[in-house]
Amino acid sequence: MSDVSFVRTEMLPEQAPPASEVGLIGWVRHNLFSGWFNTVLTLVSLYAIYYVLSGILPWIFQSVWNANSLKECREIMLETWGSTHGHACWAVINDRWLQLLFGFYPSHLYWRPIVSLVLLLAALAPVLYSERVPRKMLILTAAYPFLMPFLMWGGTIWGPISAALGFVIGWGVYSVLSKQLSELIGMISAAVAAVIWWLVLSSYFTGAMDSVLPIGIEAVQSRQFGGFMLAILLGVVAIGVSLPIGVVLALGRQSDLLVVKYLCVGFIEFIRGVPLITLLFVASLLLNLFLPPNTNFDIILRVMIMMTLFSAAYMAEVIRGGLAALPRGQYEGADSLGLNYWQAQRLIIMPQALKISIPGIVSTFIGIFKDTTLVSIIGLFDVIGLASAIRADTAWNGIYWELFAFIAALFFVVCFSMSRYSMYLERKLQTGHH
Amino acid sequence: MKKSVILGAATVAGLAAGAAMAGTVDDVKARGKLNCGVTTGLVGFAAPDANGEWQGFDVAVCRAVAAAVLGDASAVEFVPTTGKTRFTALASGEIDMLARNTTWTFSRDVDLKFEFVGVNYYDGQGFMVPKALGVSSAKELDGATVCIQTGTTTELNLADFFRSNNISYEPVPIETNAEAQQQYLAGACDVYTTDASGLAATRATFENPGDHVLLPEIISKEPLGPLVRHGDHEWGDVVRWTLNALVSAEELGVTSANIDELSAGATDNPEVNRLLGTEGTLGEMLGLDAQWGLRAIKAGGNYGEVFAKNIGEETPIGLARGLNAQWTDGGLMYSPPFR
Repeated sequence: MSDVSFVRTEMLPEQAPPASEVGLIGWVRHNLFSGWFNTVLTLVSLYAIYYVLSGILPWIFQSVWNANSLKECREIMLETWGSTHGHACWAVINDRWLQLLFGFYPSHLYWRPIVSLVLLLAALAPVLYSERVPRKMLILTAAYPFLMPFLMWGGTIWGPISAALGFVIGWGVYSVLSKQLSELIGMISAAVAAVIWWLVLSSYFTGAMDSVLPIGIEAVQSRQFGGFMLAILLGVVAIGVSLPIGVVLALGRQSDLLVVKYLCVGFIEFIRGVPLITLLFVASLLLNLFLPPNTNFDIILRVMIMMTLFSAAYMAEVIRGGLAALPRGQYEGADSLGLNYWQAQRLIIMPQALKISIPGIVSTFIGIFKDTTLVSIIGLFDVIGLASAIRADTAWNGIYWELFAFIAALFFVVCFSMSRYSMYLERKLQTGHH
Repeated sequence: MKKSVILGAATVAGLAAGAAMAGTVDDVKARGKLNCGVTTGLVGFAAPDANGEWQGFDVAVCRAVAAAVLGDASAVEFVPTTGKTRFTALASGEIDMLARNTTWTFSRDVDLKFEFVGVNYYDGQGFMVPKALGVSSAKELDGATVCIQTGTTTELNLADFFRSNNISYEPVPIETNAEAQQQYLAGACDVYTTDASGLAATRATFENPGDHVLLPEIISKEPLGPLVRHGDHEWGDVVRWTLNALVSAEELGVTSANIDELSAGATDNPEVNRLLGTEGTLGEMLGLDAQWGLRAIKAGGNYGEVFAKNIGEETPIGLARGLNAQWTDGGLMYSPPFR
């Protein structure tokens, strides 16, 4: 009896998995054709995608770029493809893209909005990418709110300087009084001093300095603002100012001080209860009737204020959501460390609450940025308003989709960037153990 | 700088409460610019070109007034207004005059406290239908779907017309003319109705204008004209007679081609002389200098030239003079004499 037993002494070499399970084929089999139902769905979806793209792609790419009017466009289409259907006439964009971007801003001054935009990105960098950009850049961020109006509107340089001086005065009053008396008195008198400066003294200061040392650049009227530039201007101001106001309102709503609390609740509920378009009509029409004749209260400034208040109310509620999501223990922990109210907010509460609220905050940002197009209804020439004005030109009357496609592309780029940034920020601030 | 604007507003609020309003003529002269309200864009009547320069039939009125008062046809600040903001802008003094294809109606003149200084275009509401529909009169439109802009007088006119003819229709409400074009072309409605000038302009943009016809019925009177605030008669006179100067110039044969020659010295026609300021003191009575009429006509030519350049038969819009011909040619354009 032979003792034939076989024991393999070495492992068999690993075989490559069957071709049908790996690579592209495997992926397709698993994900697209894993059963009859999925197969049908895949085929239907593929056909739908093909159908949409086969309409859109030729429209986009088999198009006319150089023509002086819609009529010429159509003639060229007829010559080239024998039909005018399914071909875009991008010549209108080619002809008017500068106008769509800058409105009626004087063309020899286009560098000013461009520099403002570049400076905006530079000023935002230390805030958005705090770990990669030197902190000294924050000086630019602080100066930007005064630099930007100077660049955009032009005029004398003393206007922005005196506006900035108001903050310096307020800070000076606060730092003196808060040490000698109490913090609350210091804050209140600082605010009062700054407001007095802005409303009463600053115009004398500006006038006097301008007559002594006239430094300035060519002034541009608000009426010449327009196009996508106007959307960015309104959007940036509304976004930039509404966040701090929103934080204050959210804190005010949770305050124990009855007056503060109900003022904040009243403001938030009133603004949220009214459509933005109503506020814009108030800004453009009602104010005109209330103010005396020949009052020149800048229309863009009025719209900026309304949009900022509107987004601040929404922002306050988003941030309140973040505050409500914080466990009670965080507040108690801050108290037990002996931090006062503002220290606790700054070091413990707000960093967490804001982090939780990031998706909501960015949604509000994107929303308000897109809402800037509503100003076309009150006669401001933002991109939408300009699109109808361009259609009113005899050369381009009848053109429709090309203008809107271009505008959609502009907005998509900005909104999509904001959305991607918020996702980056969420990843960066992720402190959980995943 | 923003703060100083608020400050300005607050200060003016305090001061102006008591101060009476100076005359608009003086305001405009002091400002050196005419604030003229126009539409945010209407083909042929007002639209910015690629350089941001406003062009159009209504715009020409603004330029003529600026030329008459300020001596510079380009000294105009065009303030785009929408149908909703136009009257407030004028009432609040944001603009000095409104030249925005606005229909002269009783309530606007009397109740809203404006003064229409004349008519620069006689319009009326018409209908456009595809030729394939085989309709030759609006009275055959029983049961039709009609594209109509909401919130305008056209909506009311339409209802009146169909009711008085005892036929029915189904309205398709739309917001803007551009939207109406798309809806009409896509077949969402059988009929598109708006002012006849707008219909002609719209049809001109179609790929095959011949496939669409304008029906003969004009169902409303839409006298469009520039207007100013009630109460400032000196200013009203300036705008009224500037418009009349353009109309008279056509009647008298004064064109931008021969105006230099005619104004060089007194001609045989005394009315031409008075219009161009080589004779008489009409300018002085108006509070302007003698050459006001000359400059107004030079700004864009006489009424006929302005018409031909912006909306006439040579343009893509291709409107015939029709009611807007001189009274001597059977139209309604009739300027009181310059005397």
